[in-house]
Amino acid sequence: MEIDRALDWLQNTQVASAIGENEILFPWIESVHVLAIVLVVGTIFIVDLRLLGVASLDLTVRRVMRDVIPYTWGAFAVAALTGSLLFSSDAVHYAHNRMFQGKLVLLALAGLNMGLFHLIGVRDIQRWDKVDGRTPIAARTAAAISLLLWIGVVAMGRGIGFTMH
Amino acid sequence: MALTLNEICRWIDHTALSQSIQAAGWVVPTVQTIHILAIAVVASSALMIDLRLIGVFWANRPMNNVTVRFLPLVWWPLLVLLGTGIIMIIAEPARSLKNPAFQLKMGLLIAALFVTWLFQFFQRRDAGFGEPGTPPRAIAATIAVISILLWSSIIFAGRWIAYFA
Repeated sequence: MEIDRALDWLQNTQVASAIGENEILFPWIESVHVLAIVLVVGTIFIVDLRLLGVASLDLTVRRVMRDVIPYTWGAFAVAALTGSLLFSSDAVHYAHNRMFQGKLVLLALAGLNMGLFHLIGVRDIQRWDKVDGRTPIAARTAAAISLLLWIGVVAMGRGIGFTMH
Repeated sequence: MALTLNEICRWIDHTALSQSIQAAGWVVPTVQTIHILAIAVVASSALMIDLRLIGVFWANRPMNNVTVRFLPLVWWPLLVLLGTGIIMIIAEPARSLKNPAFQLKMGLLIAALFVTWLFQFFQRRDAGFGEPGTPPRAIAATIAVISILLWSSIIFAGRWIAYFA
């Protein structure tokens, strides 16, 4: 397949084969990847729990999002970079791994969910967003979906390690 | 000592519980996923408090609000981590108990818990601890930096268990 040829080229690049062959490089990059994902998930949960009306009620949703989401994006950038490096080291195998494919699908859905919330969900935010204020059903739904998708991302990511040989 | 540890590992390994966990392939990845999610909550919550102590985050949210929101989420998920951790040890005793990365992780964990307790001790003694303009700023910032380094190292050591097995 055309894609497999491209992936094969990718895993034979100098950077990719260095990661694949060096015994120290892969675990180090993987550790940074786990640390970054831990922070992505943890900070997203803070925003989601505020949207669900469960925690951080002493602040408005906008304040929580403005303060927390920059850290989420910073950690996500690190996770994406390290993830790409890990992927490149064995690109063909990862691309054919069901857990890896599932993880990418869930990531895309999480991105879509977030995009829809920022396009539609925040439209009337000025009306309902108050300290201790209740959040509308659309916001709570988006938050619940986000929580479940990110739990799925972690589960799939862990599953990769058990299904790659 | 080494012999006793070997005997303990062999004894756990031969229990019916360990055997049945090893036979059911889904248990370890599922438990590891829950373990990572709990770490995400603990590490992110600790980071929120630490960044507030350093003064770069939640700057005008009262320190007490930040502590009330996040400190329970540093302590309580530790029970989940303990429970899932014990299941992993029962599943593969020698791989964890005799593993230098695991032993290092436990040492770092004790240090992180001590630093968290130290922060609580200072805050109980002086409710303004960590607030801008109060005298022990340097102590607060030092505690925060050490806490961030310890939790990051714990996550690293956890990932390295797989490479020392």
